[in-house]
Amino acid sequence: MKVKILARNPDDYVRETKFDIQRVPRNYDPTLHPFEVSREYTRALNATKLERVFAKPFLASLDGHRDGVNCMAKHTKSLSTLLSGSCDGEVKVWDLTKRECVRTLQAHEGFVRGMVVRYCGTSFFTAGDDKTIKQWKMEAPGYGEEEEPLNTILGKTVFTGLDHHQKDGVFATCGQQVDIWDEQRSSPIRSFTWGVDSFSSVRFNPVETELLASCASDRSIVLYDMREAAPLKKVIMTMRSNTLCWNPMEAYYFTCSNEDYNLYTYDMRILDRPVTVHMDHVSAVLDVDYSPTGKEFVSASFDKTIRIFPKAGGHSREVYHTKRMQHVICIKWSADNKYILSGSDEMNIRLWKANAAEKLGVLAPRERQAANYSQKLKEKFQHHPQIRRIAHHRHLPKSIYHQTKELRTMKEARRRKERNVRKHSKPGTVPVVSEREKHVVTVVK
Amino acid sequence: QEPREEEKDGNKVGKDEGRTESALQQEQHTKLKPRKRKQEEAGSDGKEFISGKSDPFPGPAPIPEDRVQKFKRKEKTKMPRPKHRKLRDMIVRSDEASEMAQKQAARLDLLLPEDAGFLEGDEDEDTCTISQEDIADAVDITSGAKYFNLKLSQFGPYRLDYSKTGRHLLLGGRRGHVACIDWQSKQLMCEINVMESVNDVKWLHSETMYAVAQKKWLHIYDSNGIELHCIRKFNDVLRMQFLPYHFLLATASATSFLQYLDVSVGKEVAAICTKTGRLDVMCQNPHNAIIHLGHPNGTVTLWSPNQKEALVKMLCHQGGVRSVAVDKTGTYMVTSGMDKKVKVYDIRTFKPLKSYFLPAGASCLSLSHRGLLSAATGDIVQVYKDVWSTPVTKPYMAHRVRGTVWGLHYCPFEDVLGVGHGDGFTSMLVPGAGEPNFDALDANPYRSAKQRQEWEVKALLEKIQPELISLNPNELGQVDHTTFQQRHQDRVQALGFDPLAKDRFTPKYKKKGRSSAGNIERRKKQVAHEDQRDIIRQTVEDKMKMEKERQEKEKKKAELSGQKSALDRFKK
Repeated sequence: MKVKILARNPDDYVRETKFDIQRVPRNYDPTLHPFEVSREYTRALNATKLERVFAKPFLASLDGHRDGVNCMAKHTKSLSTLLSGSCDGEVKVWDLTKRECVRTLQAHEGFVRGMVVRYCGTSFFTAGDDKTIKQWKMEAPGYGEEEEPLNTILGKTVFTGLDHHQKDGVFATCGQQVDIWDEQRSSPIRSFTWGVDSFSSVRFNPVETELLASCASDRSIVLYDMREAAPLKKVIMTMRSNTLCWNPMEAYYFTCSNEDYNLYTYDMRILDRPVTVHMDHVSAVLDVDYSPTGKEFVSASFDKTIRIFPKAGGHSREVYHTKRMQHVICIKWSADNKYILSGSDEMNIRLWKANAAEKLGVLAPRERQAANYSQKLKEKFQHHPQIRRIAHHRHLPKSIYHQTKELRTMKEARRRKERNVRKHSKPGTVPVVSEREKHVVTVVK
Repeated sequence: QEPREEEKDGNKVGKDEGRTESALQQEQHTKLKPRKRKQEEAGSDGKEFISGKSDPFPGPAPIPEDRVQKFKRKEKTKMPRPKHRKLRDMIVRSDEASEMAQKQAARLDLLLPEDAGFLEGDEDEDTCTISQEDIADAVDITSGAKYFNLKLSQFGPYRLDYSKTGRHLLLGGRRGHVACIDWQSKQLMCEINVMESVNDVKWLHSETMYAVAQKKWLHIYDSNGIELHCIRKFNDVLRMQFLPYHFLLATASATSFLQYLDVSVGKEVAAICTKTGRLDVMCQNPHNAIIHLGHPNGTVTLWSPNQKEALVKMLCHQGGVRSVAVDKTGTYMVTSGMDKKVKVYDIRTFKPLKSYFLPAGASCLSLSHRGLLSAATGDIVQVYKDVWSTPVTKPYMAHRVRGTVWGLHYCPFEDVLGVGHGDGFTSMLVPGAGEPNFDALDANPYRSAKQRQEWEVKALLEKIQPELISLNPNELGQVDHTTFQQRHQDRVQALGFDPLAKDRFTPKYKKKGRSSAGNIERRKKQVAHEDQRDIIRQTVEDKMKMEKERQEKEKKKAELSGQKSALDRFKK
């Protein structure tokens, strides 16, 4: 007779002293783990609920401006520095870690329209309503010294926007025309016009650095090559675009914020229809900025909210609002992909988390692992109706909630009418126009 | 042995030279075909080292196929059309991840510390003739101590239950004696007499609480014997089952009610009137938490708390059903009936697989983790091996106890079978019954009180809702086509057109008279029904194959019946 009976030595399964950690032998045999899917689903549901519980995105408010914040600029080298310009011509430099203002200077008379930090981070440019462009040192002046600009350029017309080249001493302004300036000269090296009388924003492409795009008041977006004498091409839309931002990772895409409550992502090469239409705002969108990963962007709107959109998603994944925040004028996504900064009408700059439920600070390895695991689970079960309902639920201010509803009714009515027209006319005479095609009037080359 | 090794090495070197020569030849060849060269060079580079020796075990270590199969959860996903680039990418990535997980799990499986027990007789010695005392003598002292008898003749016969970790034993005597024991250390945790007849006993999720079905009501006690609850909603309970992942206590009563109690919140989840009379045969399917009930008319019915009707009714026996058991994987169900038969069913397809005749009939059945079947006939407990794969003629083991067997239960993670009978309790040794390697995050026999508390919190957090109980436990992870179709229809109705419809093919306009009407029609025809072509081609091929096989069969038949029969003369 040969016999063997299961006999475990408890020493192999129990810790030796109470100062050791417990032993956890594993066996991944699927028969020992029944109901895998249902248990994972339950975990995902719990994780989704906890995410909503911990979603507290608002971090701080930076106050000190004496008028609405009109523009902001990220420092190119330092994560903790932010520059902001207000409607009374004051520029403030902020230390974000201490959450305090470190320097204040009266840069212009009237609005500060545009502001940009030079690529090296040693100086910054401001453009204002007083028809001047000024270059300032980044360091504060020493004791007893006066706050003086390094350089002042007197323009002929009001400037409305400003952007600096990625690696050359060249910057662009827009106003009645788009001008390219050399830092060493006091007159523009090139000026672009295309039958347009005013531009609202100009941006350099971050990768193809000689390219730039601008939004014009005749509802068009114009692309330029700095090396050529004439603009490249433009697309005319049904409503005016306010600002635009290039995707930093896939720099052939740019997103523009439009007056018709939508944002449009275009492929630079194919302008006759946007790649995606991003809808959700209920008032004009004023500013947009991409995350440094190029996967998401944030938009600021006249409807007093900030929304975060995935780059390819038609609807926002997140909406931020507070009772006291008024029309949001400018928005920036911090270079470490963690924070969002918004400047609004009521003189405040607000600091938000880019990921509302994220825990700040250093995570312990097990904490990190658990967070990753629950993130994966949420992704896996995101389309299940119950989880979807919880994950998508957001509290909205009453006015926005009702406006959304109203807009939806209007859209539905329009769609119904179109459907009825199509139904009662000869087949093929009323074509189906997709949402993407609706908003583009024409492309001019 | 040394020279042999040298020879081996020599062989290897020789082989290597051959290899390099062939590689050289290949290189010469590949000068003509520059595309292929890269791959081949990479292939030869991978096996060569600078020292000239080659790796005797190149590549990752092989994994046995059966282990890989054990961890297989799904078939490879069918690739969508190349148009859906993103979807293809996602599918490829998830397939890769699952394959890697499968391989990793299989590799880890090789490293598990414990092996299963076994019992082999000598030549012409039947294992069923080996007595328990012999086995207990042959094995080590701790294992031998696992064979013991408790002589409790006063309050019997006894029902029993082991806790999920297998450490604790709960005994319930017909005449009111309830005891819980840490059976490995033989330490009595509590002992009470409820002064009422006891129908069944069951551990709840941990060893701190158990349920006792008494004459009238259902009672819940803690491990000190203090009555925690008397649940008057549950009356005349005869049998109980605890669903550990759902925290549900399912009870079957003499009034033909099947009731579910959520023990985490103390609420009755469902009460189903089965309308089939007294319910004293019950078991659960551990794979999908479906309750199986056996009835006096020979049927077995399957129940979930979400449906007032039985999910399935199977006619299993002529005469009443005496006992039902379902195996760990939820594949096989074993039933015994008054017709003295033991039958094995595949409950995925609800088809009978095997039928055995036991002269005395089996009153109690129990299945172990590793698929050993124990059947009690009168006062004899028989253990069978491989009842569903091979036809069994002899029992694997047999043991006679002192009274009629009343309850039978395998101890999880141990080679032990607990038998409750008229004269007390017997703990039997059944080598090869228990799963040798436990998972400590699921059920850890060696857990401390702190670990148990931690586990309890985790388990409660991931309690599965009773609505998720269905015949297929993986339903939640599958694509819900019907809802999608419904929503798509609604969308089409709202929009007035189908957004997912494929654009009709419109041929490009070509110059030089190549866009004549005939030409356009011809180009349209080239792409017409492209999506159906593969299917049509497949069906045509299948048909051809079938036709061919049929013809061959006929030919053979004709050859076999070569000689002319008397009736052939009437054939034209």
